[in-house]
Amino acid sequence: MTAEIMKDIKKKIYEHKIYDRVFSLIGVILTFMVLMVLFVLLIDLMRNGVPRLSVSFFTSYPSRFANRAGILSAWVGTILVMTVTAIAAVPIGVAAGIYLEEYARKNWITNLIEINITNLAGVPSIIYGLMALGIFVYQLELGQSILTAGLTLSLLILPIVIVSTREALRTIPIGIREAAQAAGATKWQVVKDHLVPYSAGGVFTGIIIALSRAIGETAPLLTIGALTFIAFLPDSPFMGEFPYISFDWLLSPFTVMPIQMFNWVSRPQIDFHKNAAAAGCVLIFMSIGMNALAMYLRYKYRKKIQW
Amino acid sequence: MNKAEVKKLSFYYSSVQALKDISLPIEEKKVTAVIGPSGCGKSTLLRCFNRMHDLYPGNRYDGEILLHPDSINLVGAHIDPIEIRMRIGMVFQKPNPFPKSIYENVVYGLKVRGIKKKRLIDEKCEKSLRDAALWEEVKDRLHKPAFNLSGGQQQRLCIARALATEPEILLFDEPTSALDPIATARVEELIEELKEKVTIVIVTHNMQQAARISDSTAFLYMGELIEFGKTKQLFTNPREKKTEDYITGRFG
Repeated sequence: MTAEIMKDIKKKIYEHKIYDRVFSLIGVILTFMVLMVLFVLLIDLMRNGVPRLSVSFFTSYPSRFANRAGILSAWVGTILVMTVTAIAAVPIGVAAGIYLEEYARKNWITNLIEINITNLAGVPSIIYGLMALGIFVYQLELGQSILTAGLTLSLLILPIVIVSTREALRTIPIGIREAAQAAGATKWQVVKDHLVPYSAGGVFTGIIIALSRAIGETAPLLTIGALTFIAFLPDSPFMGEFPYISFDWLLSPFTVMPIQMFNWVSRPQIDFHKNAAAAGCVLIFMSIGMNALAMYLRYKYRKKIQW
Repeated sequence: MNKAEVKKLSFYYSSVQALKDISLPIEEKKVTAVIGPSGCGKSTLLRCFNRMHDLYPGNRYDGEILLHPDSINLVGAHIDPIEIRMRIGMVFQKPNPFPKSIYENVVYGLKVRGIKKKRLIDEKCEKSLRDAALWEEVKDRLHKPAFNLSGGQQQRLCIARALATEPEILLFDEPTSALDPIATARVEELIEELKEKVTIVIVTHNMQQAARISDSTAFLYMGELIEFGKTKQLFTNPREKKTEDYITGRFG
């Protein structure tokens, strides 16, 4: 009798386990397919691009001659635009995240704001470009400048920064907040002494992921009128005499890495395509570098914090 | 001598009434236990004392809790809850040390109060850790993270954190429910020692614990105070049928 039942149960278990195997097999195959495609793309890019990489490639301006052209104005532009983006998006995004998560009353207005922030993260980036063209370029007359580009990209990544800040805050147990407030802390003291330090790892990760999305954006910058051929650098932010710091670079025209690539790819000559591949390699290393930094920061902060 | 008096206290979570017309005295430098089955409102009552309910929207108090000697109404609408929390400490169900060093945990209350003098802070840190019977175990690793401590040590650290600011009343919300029997015994011992210095209110679902460590006991059921009396009397000779049923294990 028991043997009979056991046989039955074993058969059932065996049947159920088949699904486990089938599913993991499909999962493995699909994962490998995706990885293979990425790998092939990467190899192809490297094969075309790496031979073109040299010191002069980083220190030369674009040129009519493919072998003399370089990415100096593009990588400088990328770094400057990213700086503006980070300076604009990080304080606003983190503050908005903290406000929404910790201070805002939960009612239909905050719900509406929440839904819209989540939706904004999914709006095509070219829409941001169009809006920036209308507001920053025409209304505020900031020109087709680094400032405009940075602000445009900061709008683009604000939702990501806000959402990741809120998620980082949500991982902090309610007990920590209650413990601090029971000790007589005000909300601001809780935020400053506990929530910000404990969520820093998650927040940094979110910021860097957001910035590494912004670094590859092309469409919104083309929309606001980024140039594709820039044979000069913006003014230096540092000066020899008083007041030592200059903000003229903010209003200077610019190009960035993906736009430079886009420009080279659209040329008929095969040598320019190699330049594009080389610039692509640099861009990929930039964003891998940023992601590695994000991983390091997360690891560093996780190690310190446990509950 | 009463340290506090709960007078006709009602409490509402939005529209749900969680406490109904509760009145009881809290004796100074004694342990008052609040017992009752899950959901009877005992934690709710405790959290009225330091206005923890104010952290969440929609909660409402009715009636008063007078804190002596100045007779301020703890749940009065015009009383700043932060002022209350500076005078009344709390230890929670689950040990909740901050992910900081042991030292930073103990002195957090002082930091919140803007105390900067390093010597004073160090002194208070040592004193509270001694009072919480933790000093000998941690004196060599004050600047190590608090989460390396065991659960029982973490709970005693939380007690030290609450003691550092010399509260007038110390609230315990089921402080041993997450601890093993040995750690529980140590915390109970500690509570008995602490009552010489501070008035204690403890919520517990463990009747033996209430019988062991408290001087007075309140039995709550469905948000109502069924019986309040000396612990010995309540456990040996309860006046109410419901109390008797509960302490003899017939329900709850």
